[in-house]
Amino acid sequence: MGIAAILFWFLSALTIGGAIMVVASKNPVYSILYLIITFFAISGHYVLMNAQFLAIVNIIVYAGAIMVLFLFVVMLMNLNAESEPPQKKRYLFFAGVVAGCSLMLVLVAALKSSSSQIQLVQMGSGDVGLISNLGKVLFTDYVFPFEISSVLFLSAMIGAVVISKKEVVHPE
Amino acid sequence: MPINYYIFLSLAVFCIGIIGVLTRRNSIIIFMCVELMLNAANLLLVAFSKMHHLVLGTNFPTLASEAQVFVFFIMVVAAAEVSVGLAIIVMLYRNTHSVDVNFLNRLKN
Repeated sequence: MGIAAILFWFLSALTIGGAIMVVASKNPVYSILYLIITFFAISGHYVLMNAQFLAIVNIIVYAGAIMVLFLFVVMLMNLNAESEPPQKKRYLFFAGVVAGCSLMLVLVAALKSSSSQIQLVQMGSGDVGLISNLGKVLFTDYVFPFEISSVLFLSAMIGAVVISKKEVVHPE
Repeated sequence: MPINYYIFLSLAVFCIGIIGVLTRRNSIIIFMCVELMLNAANLLLVAFSKMHHLVLGTNFPTLASEAQVFVFFIMVVAAAEVSVGLAIIVMLYRNTHSVDVNFLNRLKN
């Protein structure tokens, strides 16, 4: 077993364990911290597949910006394990778990005998994911969607400001 | 690594996200589980791009790069979605003083 295989299994265990703890932990702050661990493990997977640009973007955007936003919101609301809304109906909880596990069972059964299992993922080599290649593709073929995404960000920013603005109540 | 390992890893993360959405009632944790599912899809897309680079790299040299640019755009859209979604959750919390999604059934009337 080579170093790439050991790293793959370690990062996979970290990813799945972090994802389970996101769902299982009572305190939302702990959930967010476990989600950050999961995102770092996924970034490790990207590095292992030599997709370096996506690994960096994943860390900057997800672990850096989005998770800090979540953490700010949770801390502003002062949420903890006591303020967690209780799941009153136990059968709904078990129904959710059974539904998710059934979906996983069906997909595993459908995919385990697929013909793609002989295909190998190229690890640690290949220059596809390097910044120079992706930048060339992004700024030649995909420059129009790239500029459109700036409009999307502008509208998202305006939308967030409008939604979270305090409503002025006019006295009659 | 065979592509199957990546398929099953993404499948596990995706199903954990689905279980979280179905069982938790805290709207912020539901939102985080949606992010988890998006990341499972991203991981699988990147794995497929590296797989097809071996097979199709000689005929379509920019195919794998296009797959990774697609993942980049998914991240862009996810960032915009999170900002608006968290604004909605904050507004909900300000009005009801709770993050319980079951409070939202008052939208029925």
